[in-house]
Amino acid sequence: MNYSYVIAIPLIPLALFLLLGLFSKKIPPSISGWIGSLGLGTSFALSLYTAYHYYIEAKVNGIYQTFVYKQTWLAFSDKLHIDMGVLIDPISVMMLIVVTTISFMVHLYSRGYMKGDDGYTRFFAYLALFSFSMLGLVLATNLFQIYIFWELVGASSFLLIGYYYTKPSAVAAAKKAFIVTRFADLGFLIGILVVSYYSGTFDFSELNNPEGFMISNWASTSFMGLSVFTWGLLLIFMGGAGKSAMLPFHIWLPDAMEGPTPVSALIHAATMVVAGVYLVARLFPAFYFVEDGFALTIVAYVGAISSLFAAIIALTQNDIKRVLAFSTMSQIGYMMLALGVSKYDGHEGLGFMASMFHLFTHAMFKALLFLAAGSVIHAIHSNYLKDMGGLRKYMPVTHITFLIAALSISGVPGFAGFFSKDEILAAAYEHDMLIYISSVAVAGLTALYMFRLYFGIFWGKDTQYEHIPHESPWSMTLPMLFLAVMSVVGGYIHFSEFVSADHIPFEAHLNYSLAAIASGVGILGIIIAYILYKKETNLPDKISNTFGVTYKWAYHKFYFDEIYLFVTKRIIFGLVAAPMAWFDKYVVDATMVSIGNMTVSFSNKIKGLQSGKFQDYAMAFISGGVILAIVIFYLWL
Amino acid sequence: MIEGISIYEILSLSSVLFFIGIYGFFTRENLIMVLMSIELILNAAAINFVIINTYLYPDFLQGAIFSIFIIALAAAETALAIAIIINLYKLVSSVEVKDTEIMKY
Repeated sequence: MNYSYVIAIPLIPLALFLLLGLFSKKIPPSISGWIGSLGLGTSFALSLYTAYHYYIEAKVNGIYQTFVYKQTWLAFSDKLHIDMGVLIDPISVMMLIVVTTISFMVHLYSRGYMKGDDGYTRFFAYLALFSFSMLGLVLATNLFQIYIFWELVGASSFLLIGYYYTKPSAVAAAKKAFIVTRFADLGFLIGILVVSYYSGTFDFSELNNPEGFMISNWASTSFMGLSVFTWGLLLIFMGGAGKSAMLPFHIWLPDAMEGPTPVSALIHAATMVVAGVYLVARLFPAFYFVEDGFALTIVAYVGAISSLFAAIIALTQNDIKRVLAFSTMSQIGYMMLALGVSKYDGHEGLGFMASMFHLFTHAMFKALLFLAAGSVIHAIHSNYLKDMGGLRKYMPVTHITFLIAALSISGVPGFAGFFSKDEILAAAYEHDMLIYISSVAVAGLTALYMFRLYFGIFWGKDTQYEHIPHESPWSMTLPMLFLAVMSVVGGYIHFSEFVSADHIPFEAHLNYSLAAIASGVGILGIIIAYILYKKETNLPDKISNTFGVTYKWAYHKFYFDEIYLFVTKRIIFGLVAAPMAWFDKYVVDATMVSIGNMTVSFSNKIKGLQSGKFQDYAMAFISGGVILAIVIFYLWL
Repeated sequence: MIEGISIYEILSLSSVLFFIGIYGFFTRENLIMVLMSIELILNAAAINFVIINTYLYPDFLQGAIFSIFIIALAAAETALAIAIIINLYKLVSSVEVKDTEIMKY
């Protein structure tokens, strides 16, 4: 089977971007939405076709083969060259499905959500640009190619967060997202250079090859007590942490919610933010074998801490999109920790499979949560919980789909999230007890904040609305219904038969005792949320008062933004930039200005020589000539 | 070759002419007079060309031809200078050197 046609999957959105972007004024909104949806639909169909053939036909002796189609793009020397191409292996095919599904659904949904917006066509152009970049990232064959597309998704995320460019908060959020991720990408770039300089290749297949230079020779170089490759991988992970909003680079994600809600669903919940997870998974053998997985342990702990941290903050936020943003961060932390605790072979590689599985199911139910939240926001024009309540009567479809997604993310048995979360917890249980305990706590917190949201929006107080809210149009509810179906059936896919660290399918069984604990904790969270938020009571306030300072800290997101502001404003601007600005202004500039001033004052003094009488000038000229003649005469003769 | 007159006498004449021109150029107040002084300088140069050609290289003609060039050049230069002076006159209603100082710093 030749998979080279896969290149068309990212190229279709690129063509759409050029078409919609260049002719955004000419194409009427009535058809631009259809063009975008049709194009992504084609990509979606192609991805399904690819997945169907790949997962059925690509096994040789029970091992999934990797297909690479590439062309040399920049050749620096025989060894050092940058290629462009597509890489087909189980996780890239799985990501193709995720990205095209969510992107297609979001396109369909946006036709309803963005209706009547001034930049309707521009919006679809940006969406297409993002889809192209994300698919390119997924299919990248080497570190440099993934870096290029990495920056492209960052740029399209910037454009989409700042889509409402007349709103100052959206502009600030776009800048923040770009600068924070860009700062993390600096680490990524240095990591790429370190790894490729020492291993002599950018190619994933070379880097991941267990007999390759990097994995077999990691001990040959060292820097500050660690292998150079470990440093390189940690720096690469820094880029991944930036995109995936892991601590301490998470501060951009909540603010990114300033973008339109479909964008939050596509970019900041389902696809771009999992790029960091995908990056670690892409380099998993390297992460696992180099320095006996030291870098991987860091990944696990960063994921676990971020997960717990974000879940606590999510409990206290009042903007529904921000709750979902912190929930996303928490779930991505789950994926990271699952990768971090994973081993390589067979059943020991459960964590890898669980991470990819959770990536898949999370994309479905979190995109659905965002789309449902968008539907609510569309109806009542507010993001805040205090403006909501009792909406189940007005918006039945949104209510049901939101409930399904919430049950799924809470890990209630029978829903997709239950299966993937159980695999993650099983992997954590087998390899790291500390992480397991924190993950179980996160599972409870997840159910609690999710149902706080659910009861707050759809039950709770009977808010009197100025305009009676009404259900969203079919263009919006249909994608939601589709994703709701996926949020249930997605869990019944036998993921371990398709995706594993060593490309060899294995059997993963539900661990019933662990599953019971996890879903028990989840249901406990739901019950607590039911007691606290089903009816409007003053219980939540009482509880938050008993927590006092802790609650205040969590409400202010543990003051991370303030810490960043302190570091940038006080330390970098105040202690470094300000003295340098002073030096520049009063030493460098002043020197140049005083040279200029001296010239001016000197010429003021001698300007009287310029009498305006041409005879004086002629006199000076001739006497000069005579003097010169005399001098030359005496010197040479 | 002029009978009874040596080259020194003629060169003295042209030198005198030249320095009269220089003196006039620096001291005349009137632009027209300055222009005439320049003509004197050019004439002195033309005489030198012709005389040196005649006395030293009688078989050649370059000096004579060059003097014709100088005459043509002087005519062109005078036409130009007169045009400038007329325009200046329109501007300041005067052809005095002291009235042309309007362009200093």
